[in-house]
Amino acid sequence: MSKINLEELSDMQFDLLKEIGNIGAGNATTALAKMLQMKMDMSVPKVALLPFKDISQLIGSEDQIVVGILLGMEGEITGMMMFLFDTKSAHHLVNKLMMQEDSVDNNSTDFTEMEMSAISEIGNIVSGSYLTALGTLTNLNVYATVPSMTVDMIGALMSVPASEFGKYGDKLLLIQSQFGESEFVTGYFMLIPELESYEKILAALGM
Amino acid sequence: MNISGMIKVGMGDLKVCKTPGVLTTLGLGSCVGVALYDPVSKVSGLLHCMLPDSTQFKNVTNVAKYADSGLIELISQMEKLGANKTRMVAKIAGGAQMFASKSHNDTLKVGERNVMAVKMKLSEMQIRIIAEDTGLNFGRTVEFYSETGKYKIKAVGKPEKII
Repeated sequence: MSKINLEELSDMQFDLLKEIGNIGAGNATTALAKMLQMKMDMSVPKVALLPFKDISQLIGSEDQIVVGILLGMEGEITGMMMFLFDTKSAHHLVNKLMMQEDSVDNNSTDFTEMEMSAISEIGNIVSGSYLTALGTLTNLNVYATVPSMTVDMIGALMSVPASEFGKYGDKLLLIQSQFGESEFVTGYFMLIPELESYEKILAALGM
Repeated sequence: MNISGMIKVGMGDLKVCKTPGVLTTLGLGSCVGVALYDPVSKVSGLLHCMLPDSTQFKNVTNVAKYADSGLIELISQMEKLGANKTRMVAKIAGGAQMFASKSHNDTLKVGERNVMAVKMKLSEMQIRIIAEDTGLNFGRTVEFYSETGKYKIKAVGKPEKII
């Protein structure tokens, strides 16, 4: 059984987790910007311990439609990683990548097979750089499983990590970063390690 | 209550109401939305459970998180509002598999296990399921109308469905 209690994390532990979010997402944002040859900014990451029913509200309403990419983390750190883009951002990213013009109907929830696979690829690259940073920082071995992608309501997508975390408590700890290019792209990275992995991460960083 | 007069049920949460209340939960994924209804008193309840079985866990602080303990609590709250358990019927929705499973991780199949757990508990309590819309791979927003007993299901890119 794990010793760590997420309800009783110290400020310093919170800050450390924030720093991980910062470095991981920073690396991922850089990778994405390079791939798409665009400039991207990133917000200061948030680390929040939230009751399940409030999770979706971090981003928007539970029934807001987003593109979600889910990956499992394996190795010495285990858990899940999730990226969320609003549909407009996902279309814009894909169009950039595939050198297509943005269409008028960028809010559409339809993506072609080709576009879906491009989005998965973005997930692959972004998560790879996030996890490389995490691995280097902690000196722990971590890699991602093959991404799977879904377009659906935030609440429905968040139920997946929530039910995983529901086994440990009534709240979910999220390390969340937002990134974007002007107003076109808004996305969220979420790192959701398993409880034992938090302990390993914090220990590796000398806490 | 929110602006539209609907009573919102969050993830791992349950609510009960008398007629003409409307219960809703947004974005059900692998979770299951169980609507219980007593057609005579029209007392209704909605449970949004996330996990199948509370007996596997030591510290159960939120009974509404689990199918089994959530249903017991839902029924007891409905009875306090004047519902009769022997008259209750159930409509269930949700339990989708949101992401295609590419690993052995059984979290991804939790939807299926949630639905099974709900069905088992309901049959144990002798409550009949009169309608269901479960499984598959998409999220659902549900609304339960206590006045008519209708359960409205909305999903992305699909026509509205009433069961």
